[in-house]
Amino acid sequence: MPEMTLVGAINHTLDLALRNDPDVILLGEDIGLNGGVFRVTDGLQAKHGRDRVVDTPLDESGIMGSAIGLAIAGMKSVPEIQFDGFLGPAYDQLVNHAGRMRTRTRGAVTVPMTVRVPVGGGIHAPELHSDSPEAIYAHHPGIKVVMPSTPRDAKGLLLAAINDPDPVVYFEPKRVYRSFKEEVPEDLYEIEIGKAKVVNEGDDLTVVTWGAPVFQCLAAMDELPDDVSIELIDLRSIYPWDIDTVCESVRKTGRCVIVHEAPLTAGFGAEVSSRVQEECFLHLHAPVQRVTGFDTIMPFYKLELEYLPEAPRIKKGIEECLAY
Amino acid sequence: MTQAPTANNRMAKAHSSAETLTEVSTETHLKWLRDMQLIREFENRTMQAYQQAKIGGFCHIYSGQEACAVGTIAATKQDDPVVTAYRDHGHALARGMSARACMAEMFGKITGCAKGKGGSMHMFDRPNWLFGGHGIVGAQTPLGAGLAFASKYENEVLKKGVHPDHKPKQKITLCYLGDGAIDQGAFHEALNLASLFDLPVIFIIENNGYSMGTAIHRHTANHENLVARGESYGIDSIKIDGLDIRHLYSEFKPFADRCRENSRPGFVDLKTYRYQGHSMSDPQKYRTKDEVEEYKNKDSIARLLNQLMEEGSMTEDSWKTMQNEIRDEVLDAVEFAESSPAPEVEAELFTDVYALPQKNLSPTAEYHHGARNPLL
Ligand SMILES: Cc1ncc(C[n+]2csc(CCOP(=O)(O)OP(=O)(O)O)c2C)c(N)n1
Ligand SMILES: [Mg+2]
Repeated sequence: MPEMTLVGAINHTLDLALRNDPDVILLGEDIGLNGGVFRVTDGLQAKHGRDRVVDTPLDESGIMGSAIGLAIAGMKSVPEIQFDGFLGPAYDQLVNHAGRMRTRTRGAVTVPMTVRVPVGGGIHAPELHSDSPEAIYAHHPGIKVVMPSTPRDAKGLLLAAINDPDPVVYFEPKRVYRSFKEEVPEDLYEIEIGKAKVVNEGDDLTVVTWGAPVFQCLAAMDELPDDVSIELIDLRSIYPWDIDTVCESVRKTGRCVIVHEAPLTAGFGAEVSSRVQEECFLHLHAPVQRVTGFDTIMPFYKLELEYLPEAPRIKKGIEECLAY
Repeated sequence: MTQAPTANNRMAKAHSSAETLTEVSTETHLKWLRDMQLIREFENRTMQAYQQAKIGGFCHIYSGQEACAVGTIAATKQDDPVVTAYRDHGHALARGMSARACMAEMFGKITGCAKGKGGSMHMFDRPNWLFGGHGIVGAQTPLGAGLAFASKYENEVLKKGVHPDHKPKQKITLCYLGDGAIDQGAFHEALNLASLFDLPVIFIIENNGYSMGTAIHRHTANHENLVARGESYGIDSIKIDGLDIRHLYSEFKPFADRCRENSRPGFVDLKTYRYQGHSMSDPQKYRTKDEVEEYKNKDSIARLLNQLMEEGSMTEDSWKTMQNEIRDEVLDAVEFAESSPAPEVEAELFTDVYALPQKNLSPTAEYHHGARNPLL
């Protein structure tokens, strides 16, 4: 099995999807000739042609809207929005069209579109290039939201998203893009949207996270005494999310810490916390804790690591939850 | 406020281009040379500092486009609002921001123009009427319309500013954007609104031929006739060579004066070129080295320098002196940025989000259940 980075795995998967399904079409700013700002689509235009890997003008509303137009006509469109912050101009099309088309037409018109968006901080980029807006899109009915953190998951989730009959926002944590390699199977496989992954089994406390903080959580766990046993869950799908896996774990451990990069207030952690409290109330030994970004704008790079939930802060959160 | 569309030909011809240039003193020409060279030198040191990882975030170099900011800002008054995109170091310096404040901002230091919070893409200088530095491409265009709306309102409704000559003081807003930005919806909305409301704003397209890695003929329709976009909204529109600052100024100054006098928007297709990659990380697969060289041969600084030397206003020696002074100024800025203190977490991470401190922002509340917040 070849080893791939997250970037490599996504590139490989898009290549496969283009090869196997003539309905798949990629569009975005500089994704073709230039191969994308993060080189995620490198070489794909040369291989599959300008008709299928399309360089667009700089117009997010136009990209998103025309990707929806393609999708309602039956294509599997895969638009790229260059950075998290640039979803702004595309927001109207995404939530007011993509998310509502099925309901509006009672299923007669659907949007099999996959929106790829690099997300999150940790690469010394400024605001608008470091944000984590997953909760905003999870809040809108009709849209699915996923965020893989590993190359293997990235492939399975991307194929699932492309083949999903509904619109999926596929967030790619930039901090992980090239941070490590792992073996990725070459065949076509899907990972079910809505299924979490237990990264590490444990008995004392459940940590729920997604995206780049998975690795900060692992680093924090390394710093804990050997006799502390943590169950780490990578949610992978933000909406729909795997309530069963999370709640089963919390019923076992009795404690839960949620970690995400987005600001605390109305972050997706608030939803997870609320559900855990509803479903696991009698099993909880401590209040659910959240270790997150702050309710501030993502700071410029000098303070970036103070803002992000890094290992020391996660460790402290775990310790406090354990000591409650 | 009149809302009827104003036809282009109703614009008073204030001044011809040729007349404009003869009124410019040698001192002013020397100042243009100095301002452009300052930007060039500043950008050279910026690239160096970026490569040494002293500057973080994204960084877009203005080299090659100096005449655009210097030549257009020269045609305005110090309190005319200016707003631009993320390739903004040149505008900041031309507007009068100190090289120190600009450099320190990129270094993320508290002595920067925005305490190191905005960085390279978000240069702001409120005293000098520079309203950014904006990262979302095209999104500054309606802001420009809004700035002009405010000055028109102050002028016509509040009747605030009155010039010594007792004429109402109409400001003109300069709103810069790239050729890529004209593809954005916000741009079209802003042009329509500005024309409909007679807003005194000039949309200056710094047309360097590329939207990141996409050449203009691949990213915008009817690319050879950009002025048609302005004209389609009933806006007076001109195309100007942005590599020749004298020509630029002589065309732009009367144009801007007319927009000011008539309280009408303007549209300028300012043809220019950027020497460096789109940002500091750009393999530039989309253009040839020859093309870059071709434009470097038309360099706006070299052109003005040659003209001034031919006219005897500049000598090899005085040019050396000027270059040395500028180098010292920029080296001082780098040194200043380097030795300035970094922002402190408590002091800077949780401030400037709202006017007053808010309880949720404090680190002590971030994950503590029921923790006491010192701000409460
Ligand atoms: C809404 C939005 N989309 C995409 C980007 C990424 N991006 C930054 S600059 C740029 C190209 C803009 O080109 P142009 O307007 O011509 O300005 P130039 O860089 O040439 O000065 C792109 C695609 C962005 N910052 N904002
Ligand atoms: Mg451009």
